[in-house]
Amino acid sequence: MRLELEKRAEHSAAMALLSPVIALALTLVSGAILFAALGQNPARALYVFFIDPLTASWSLQELVVKATPLILIGVGLAVCYLSNTWNIGGEGQFTAGALAGSILPILFAGFESPLTLPLMLLMGVAGGMAWAAIPAFLKVRFGTNEILTSLMLVYIAQLLLDWLVRGPWRDPAGFNFPESRMFTAAATLPALADGRMHVGAIFALIAVAALAVVLMKTRKGFEIRVLGQAPRAGRFAGFSQNRMVWFAFLLAGGLAGLAGISEVSGSINQLTPVISPGYGFTAIIVAFLGRLNPIGILFSGLLLALSYLGGEAAQVALGISDKTTRVFQGMLLFYVLACDTLILYRIRLGGPAATGKGA
Amino acid sequence: MGMFEAILLTVITAATPLLLAAIGELVVERSGVLNLGVEGMMILGAVMGFAAAQATGSPYAGALCAMLAGMTLALLFGFLTIHLVANQVATGLALTLLGLGLAGMIGEAFVGRPGVRLQAIDIPVLSDLPVVGRILFGQDLLVYISLALVAAVTYVLFHTRVGLVIRAVGDNHGSAHALGVSVRKVRYLAVLFGGACAGLAGGYLSLAYTPQWIEGMTAGRGWIALALVVFATWRPLRLLAGAYLFGAVGIMQFHAQAHGFGIPSQFLSALPYAATIAVLVIISRNRILTRINTPACLGRPFVPDR
Repeated sequence: MRLELEKRAEHSAAMALLSPVIALALTLVSGAILFAALGQNPARALYVFFIDPLTASWSLQELVVKATPLILIGVGLAVCYLSNTWNIGGEGQFTAGALAGSILPILFAGFESPLTLPLMLLMGVAGGMAWAAIPAFLKVRFGTNEILTSLMLVYIAQLLLDWLVRGPWRDPAGFNFPESRMFTAAATLPALADGRMHVGAIFALIAVAALAVVLMKTRKGFEIRVLGQAPRAGRFAGFSQNRMVWFAFLLAGGLAGLAGISEVSGSINQLTPVISPGYGFTAIIVAFLGRLNPIGILFSGLLLALSYLGGEAAQVALGISDKTTRVFQGMLLFYVLACDTLILYRIRLGGPAATGKGA
Repeated sequence: MGMFEAILLTVITAATPLLLAAIGELVVERSGVLNLGVEGMMILGAVMGFAAAQATGSPYAGALCAMLAGMTLALLFGFLTIHLVANQVATGLALTLLGLGLAGMIGEAFVGRPGVRLQAIDIPVLSDLPVVGRILFGQDLLVYISLALVAAVTYVLFHTRVGLVIRAVGDNHGSAHALGVSVRKVRYLAVLFGGACAGLAGGYLSLAYTPQWIEGMTAGRGWIALALVVFATWRPLRLLAGAYLFGAVGIMQFHAQAHGFGIPSQFLSALPYAATIAVLVIISRNRILTRINTPACLGRPFVPDR
């Protein structure tokens, strides 16, 4: 096969907008093939997966509930990736935020005041930041690879949660189930409408708006992009790479921590051994599908939330494993990354042999 | 069998999957490609190996299928990163997420089913030697293969022309290309080799380590293998030492749990992950050592000019 890349004179703005759309279309086609292979009618399966969840008001609310953590974590990760900081431990920072934020409602359940919720949220943010500070510190101080350390900390955070809910934080009145006590009303994020949707969605919207402004309108946003794309130029401009590592990690960790405590306080209402269906990892896909742009992430967050709902719906209606959700998510990221090539390059098939070797 | 012997035997079984996955990734990174998808290739290898062993009754067919599964994902990774010059870090993550998803979906039918165990091959006479006999000469085939691979990679990388080409491509793809080496071909082959090794490592988990399919059974071993390559500063013999060290850490955890000691099991389970962070810090503190050994073009995209 001869497939050559030809660099575009400048990067294609049309492709920048089109590439997520092409990626989505390719994912749907692959999904149809996958469903057919599983012995399903592809059209019906795709309908159940991607359209059905949008037709009832309760599932639209559920969509927002699931999109909330994805967007909060995703915009933080986008800042990391834009600045060439590879934080892939969003899941751990989410868990750490949930744990830190749960200290008040679990250990001091009697403390019920208007201050309870704000304090919980602050502690959640602090917990996520503290967890993210570890890889940031190791990276800046010793040059340790942040990809691996941030990922290892995911496993450690999950084990810490597991220990707490089976041990010291287990509900004494809970018949030995591995669960913490339920949060009181004062420790529960208020619902937005008459249903599951909670105030966390507002946090997500604020985060999107704030980061959109920071990235597009401020010097900080410029600094993030310069250090990401041209670290040498950034250094000559007097930007500090170390300070950027701290900034990106603490921001992403704080947002993931906020997502964690919001999910626990607004949606689950107690700690259980598993509090996330992999939001921190899916948020990586959200960030890339949204082209590392906060507004884009708002949409990609909703889309990936839909993939969770679709997986559940397909399991109920068609008896397909809800694991297909993960397959869809993985395929989507693959296609996004492949299509992004089109922004910088033109693809030529079967070009002249002048290039010498085709691989 | 004495206690000491028993522990050593379990260390070997715990170290082998790490060693298999890491030796493959070492070659990949030496050629200048960073494939973070080891965990994904490994778990797809685990489930496909289990499935093939179930279907044929032969663990060797399982191991072969595990390799092919790893290579299939690796080919996908190669196409994106080598041909389409997609970001290697992001594509590796995508590979891991896709592998975990596919394995979970395929594996649902196999949960709770008894597996086919890879039998040990006793080398006659030698395996009857006291103390060392069973440890050195009574292992299954994949243990021998993992050790042979370390020897072979050491030899090929540092004593043959092929190794020179691989290292040249990893250290300076521009010059290698100018000398007429097909950078992309070398990288494709390295990535495929890495995929085969990672798949085989996964197969070892579901055929020998715990002969059954468990959702998420790789439990971060692919990532630990990646850390081992850094820890070994891209040198096969140090990798061997590192893999056995980590095998020992993993086993220590089980023995400590069996004896109680009053330490919560979750803390012991966290040990390999904490140890990974610790060794990464120790090795990266020595910046010169890391800088000298890191393949200079690691993670950098290459587009041949005309």
